[in-house]
Amino acid sequence: MLLAVFSDIHGNRQAFEACLKLARAKGAERFVLLGDFVGYGADPEWVVDTAMELVAQGAVAVRGNHDEAVNSTTETMNNEAQIAIEWTRGRLDVAQRRFLAELPMLVDETERLYVHSEASSPQRWHYVRTTADAAKSLISTPAHVTFCGHIHRPALYSMSVTAKMTGLVPKTDVSVPLLRGRQWLAVLGSVGQPRDGDPSAAFVLFDTVSCEITYCRAPYDIETAASRIRENGLPPWLADRLSQGR
Amino acid sequence: MPKPLVKSGAEIDGYTIGECVHAGGMATLWTVTHPGIDVPLLMKIPRVSEGEDPAAIVSFEMEMMILPRLAGPHVPTCFGTGDFAHQAYAVIERIPGTTLYKRLPDLPLPYEEARQQVAKIATALADLHRQNVIHHDIKPSSIMFRDSGEAVLIDYGLSHHDHLPDLLQAEFRLPYGTAPYMAPERLLGVRDDPRSDLFSLGVLLYFFTTGERPFGEGETLRAMRRRLWRDPYPPRSLRADYPPWLQEVVLRCIEIDPAWRYPTASQLAFDLSHPDQVKLTTRSERMKRDPLSVAWRRRFNQGVMQPRAKADVAAQIASSPILAVALDTVEGAPELNEALRVTTERILATLPSARLACVNVLKLNRIAIDKTLDEQGSNKHIDRLVALRHWATPLKLDESRLSVHVLEAVDPAAALLEFAEVNQVDHLIIGARQGSFRRTLLGSVSAKVASEAACTVTVVRPPRMAAAKPGAGVVWG
Repeated sequence: MLLAVFSDIHGNRQAFEACLKLARAKGAERFVLLGDFVGYGADPEWVVDTAMELVAQGAVAVRGNHDEAVNSTTETMNNEAQIAIEWTRGRLDVAQRRFLAELPMLVDETERLYVHSEASSPQRWHYVRTTADAAKSLISTPAHVTFCGHIHRPALYSMSVTAKMTGLVPKTDVSVPLLRGRQWLAVLGSVGQPRDGDPSAAFVLFDTVSCEITYCRAPYDIETAASRIRENGLPPWLADRLSQGR
Repeated sequence: MPKPLVKSGAEIDGYTIGECVHAGGMATLWTVTHPGIDVPLLMKIPRVSEGEDPAAIVSFEMEMMILPRLAGPHVPTCFGTGDFAHQAYAVIERIPGTTLYKRLPDLPLPYEEARQQVAKIATALADLHRQNVIHHDIKPSSIMFRDSGEAVLIDYGLSHHDHLPDLLQAEFRLPYGTAPYMAPERLLGVRDDPRSDLFSLGVLLYFFTTGERPFGEGETLRAMRRRLWRDPYPPRSLRADYPPWLQEVVLRCIEIDPAWRYPTASQLAFDLSHPDQVKLTTRSERMKRDPLSVAWRRRFNQGVMQPRAKADVAAQIASSPILAVALDTVEGAPELNEALRVTTERILATLPSARLACVNVLKLNRIAIDKTLDEQGSNKHIDRLVALRHWATPLKLDESRLSVHVLEAVDPAAALLEFAEVNQVDHLIIGARQGSFRRTLLGSVSAKVASEAACTVTVVRPPRMAAAKPGAGVVWG
């Protein structure tokens, strides 16, 4: 089965639409949503409604730190993120907020583990920046492949049976076989706010039979997404950074 | 991990095991058959039982990732792989014949034979590098030849694929490979430079033409590290009749600093295919090793070999293409030849490692026997070589980046296409012939080349003339 995995949509309707369309065109049969549905972008309602629909149809979804921040005032964020999350809070209705509040921290499908930040202590929202961070996550689970996001920069880590680590910045549209006999951590780029220098929306396809992963990019209407942010009085940098991919 | 179940007559995933044809340190090789596949097959099975070298598993993992992603005549076709969860294996095409290792008792080989063989290996390496793979274990036992002549590179257990995780990078603190052939930068942990393969091929060429290994057979790290500062004996000091051009090529391949080697395997193949065009530098003149004072300076000032930023294999190859420009120096309009030079200059300006081949076709008469001498009695072939060099002079290219060629052919387009194919030309620049009458009569060479070439083709026209109104009877191109 071909899985399409999305992370860090951040209320960016145009980017999420483009990713869903491209993933379906490539034959994706099941969707996985790795959290941070809201924050930064100007269309949180649409994004949450779409996520709710996909989950009703069998998609997997986990909670991100921005999703948590909508329902909790204790979560601390940088200034722009905080402004965006307070704005978002006023936009979502009860059902949408309950959906975010009830999302699990991680979903374990034995072979595969889905989590927003990393697997060793998901509630602490640590970033996977180095192979050492990746190793910490990988030794905490027996899963063959762990999928996570949070850092908005794609990376692929592997740990051998002797705990030797390898890291790779994956090339777009090149399939990589995730060999059995070692464990893998697939860190996804962001759908709605890419920060790796490529402004197009990032997602991942994973073939559960061949165990091949492909990092994909979907070009989308950045202009509209950015002007929606400006129109709604959100911090302008949140609009500007979209076209720069950082 | 389950014990290997391999024995003659057993079946794995539809493959019936035949006989064991090789039992090496890392893997065993078996003949296998499969209904529906009618080429001879080999199954490679890694040694994974306890007490075996852990490198066997990791290098087999690399092969399982890389082999199915390779294509073309220079690699064995891969038919299937099985992973470590059940029985690890890779089924590949069985190339008939033996590896170059069998030639070791015949060394040194005649220069001409070695030149031809190594040119074929360089062509195979260029094809591999274009597929983003660095072999990292180029040596006689990794090389075979098809009956049709192409070199085939086997054994990808130590290879690096630029788009896949490099499992070997993390696994071993010490460089892994075959000591006599290992490039110096490998000793410093660099695994992403395709020019490491050119070093190994240079060692092989040195060995095959002199009978001596340039850096000995030492397997200790200390012995291997000597190549970071100590240069080998120049081949001409070992064999009095050693051709200077061959020494130039060999010593350029085994330069300590990768930047001083050939930028790409294609450019090495080009020089080996045109020995008369090899630009001779002081490398070709060397009769003895550098004085110890120089070697010691290198040893204690290894600034050039410090760690550097990660290289991108594809980007590096793309920055060092082979350009060819097709010129009509006899009948070509001066403004067209000038336009060709301007275009060539612009392309070269962006590519400091590119090399340029200037090509002219000496059209042969289909029926009459051609005379080499023209009406005035001068040699047409040489005249044209001179004209090509003259055309290229304003480009101010270093001699090692420029070559001139006169092809003798009945069909100019076919000759240019063949030249581009054989020499792995990346970009062909050609002028469009003007004048409707000649073009109608002869057909357009540029159109045929542009439509049939495997490489990029730029068709150049001189600047538009004010007088030439559209539809006024002048047909361009």
